[in-house]
Amino acid sequence: MIGKLGIVFAKEFIENLRDRRTLLSALLFGPLFGPLLFGAMVSRMLHQSAAETDEVLEITLSGAEQAPNLAHYLESQGLKLKLAPLSEAAARAEVRRGASALVLIVPEEYAARFRAGEPAPLLLVADSSDSQTRRSAERVRLLLSAYGSGIAQLRIQARGLSPLLAVPVAVNEIDVTTPTGRAIVVLGFMTYFILFAMLMGGLYLAIDATAGERERGSLEALLSLPVARGALVGGKILATCAYMALSLAINLAAFVVVFRFVPLEQFGMSANLGPRTALEFFAICLPFVPLGAALMTLVASFTRSYREAQTYLTSVLLIPTLPIAFASIYSLKTRSALMLIPSLSQHLLMTSVLKDEPISARDIATSALSALVLAGLLIAATARHWRRESMLR
Amino acid sequence: MIEARALSKRFGDLEAVRELSLRARDGEITGLLGANGAGKSTTLRMLYGVLTPDGGTASIDGLDVRGETSAARARLGVLAHSTGLYGNLSARENIEYFGALLGVPRAELDSRIASLAQELDLDGFLDQRARGLSQGQRIKVALARALVHSPPNLVLDEPTNGLDVMAIRSLRELLRRLRAQGHCILFSSHVMGEVAALCDRVVIIGHGRVLAEGSVESIRERSGASSLEEAFLRALEPEGGLE
Repeated sequence: MIGKLGIVFAKEFIENLRDRRTLLSALLFGPLFGPLLFGAMVSRMLHQSAAETDEVLEITLSGAEQAPNLAHYLESQGLKLKLAPLSEAAARAEVRRGASALVLIVPEEYAARFRAGEPAPLLLVADSSDSQTRRSAERVRLLLSAYGSGIAQLRIQARGLSPLLAVPVAVNEIDVTTPTGRAIVVLGFMTYFILFAMLMGGLYLAIDATAGERERGSLEALLSLPVARGALVGGKILATCAYMALSLAINLAAFVVVFRFVPLEQFGMSANLGPRTALEFFAICLPFVPLGAALMTLVASFTRSYREAQTYLTSVLLIPTLPIAFASIYSLKTRSALMLIPSLSQHLLMTSVLKDEPISARDIATSALSALVLAGLLIAATARHWRRESMLR
Repeated sequence: MIEARALSKRFGDLEAVRELSLRARDGEITGLLGANGAGKSTTLRMLYGVLTPDGGTASIDGLDVRGETSAARARLGVLAHSTGLYGNLSARENIEYFGALLGVPRAELDSRIASLAQELDLDGFLDQRARGLSQGQRIKVALARALVHSPPNLVLDEPTNGLDVMAIRSLRELLRRLRAQGHCILFSSHVMGEVAALCDRVVIIGHGRVLAEGSVESIRERSGASSLEEAFLRALEPEGGLE
């Protein structure tokens, strides 16, 4: 039985190695898609958040002669002022047209009311449906409020009181996110890319070895051989496993390389994805390999054609996302019971490795065993299906 | 020798084969003739063991197909209805794969393939990928694959389907040569000319039952028909003819 299984394995492995489509998707696009997309996305996100604080913000100021101090203050805070006398209606039109992102109007009564110590009106015109403008407007609002409280303190001081009276509470924020923790938010769905690449690696082989046999008409001849169906199924699933493991290895290597070039450290984050972490990821994901292979082979065994198998297996690729999505919505933390759920347990363990959290040996064992037991059940179900006469129809 | 005794097979409400018995002798070509849906493929599938009969037995050289599957299958070559080859494997690798699964020792496999290549005239394309082979070349490779373990018996399910005239002719020559070597050959067809041209004995089946059996001549004489075609039609008549 083992000998026959080996023969089937070797044939499936070699045959698919010669198929350009299988090779490209299993060992190139599948494993590289995630890291490249990820690198590009993370770079862009980091670039954006960095740009937010450093970028020169341009604002149209109307009535600057009313408030020269304010204008100086804004300029000193990195705002670039474009001076233009605009009525309120003209300002609205200007913002709506997109000619200016933000317009700050200093009304005529401003100077008089300011001198009188009454609230001096300012008018900020912005389009909050644009997320970029919303952030700029927020920045201007903060600056104006800082300017206001500065003035208030000066006024209190001028009346011989302590300016601290105007600061009844002092809020200090302590952000406990470690640099790595902050990166986790960004890297959270990387684990799905890893599981996805792994499944993609075996997808075409699983189809070719089942629906492919049927479509090209080789299935009946194969089934007529005096070979235990378990050996046929076992060899095919093992070959699928080999491609998945290869794809996983390539994928992780690509992530290691990509993270060399993504400047996470520059923003106070450490990605912690070196060769050692990659090896740990590999070990964590390995028990998921036979599970994925058995699942894809079982589903593909029910289909009549390559195309049909492709349709169904594309949905199978989404199955591992469900627990992960669930986990991120409810922000689940690593717990022993969750280690029983394949894909979720791999996700949680990999996240823990990234966070440098201690991992218990029991959790690792639970995660591996639950995946392997489920894989065993699916392999048995596949062999059972292959023993049926309906396999031929 | 290939033997079926009172084989029956039912698919849901459809009685595909009813108490069908037949015997194919060594050194003879036996033709299983019947219209589409007469039960030819179902019968052959029970003979080579991919379908389990609901009743009756099938045996190869006296070995029961269900009870002694491996021993029976070792003495039987099968050319199934669809003769799909693995396109990304060479002709040689296709044959080797089945040889290995049939348990032909590695040491013997090479010499066996060499002699098959000579016998079936595969030498020109033995190491080409099967993807690029012509229909006629494919049937030869499939036949070599069926014969790789040197079985004395051979079952072919509609082997000439989709073949061009040249390929049919070379297949006929091959089958005659195998007969001369003493093989027992059973093949199914719905083409009367083919059966008349090749077979020593004919089994006509309709609606899952044997309607007539014997040499082409004896069937013709017994039915009083002038040709096998007419004998075939007469045999079918009680069942309402060809639908």
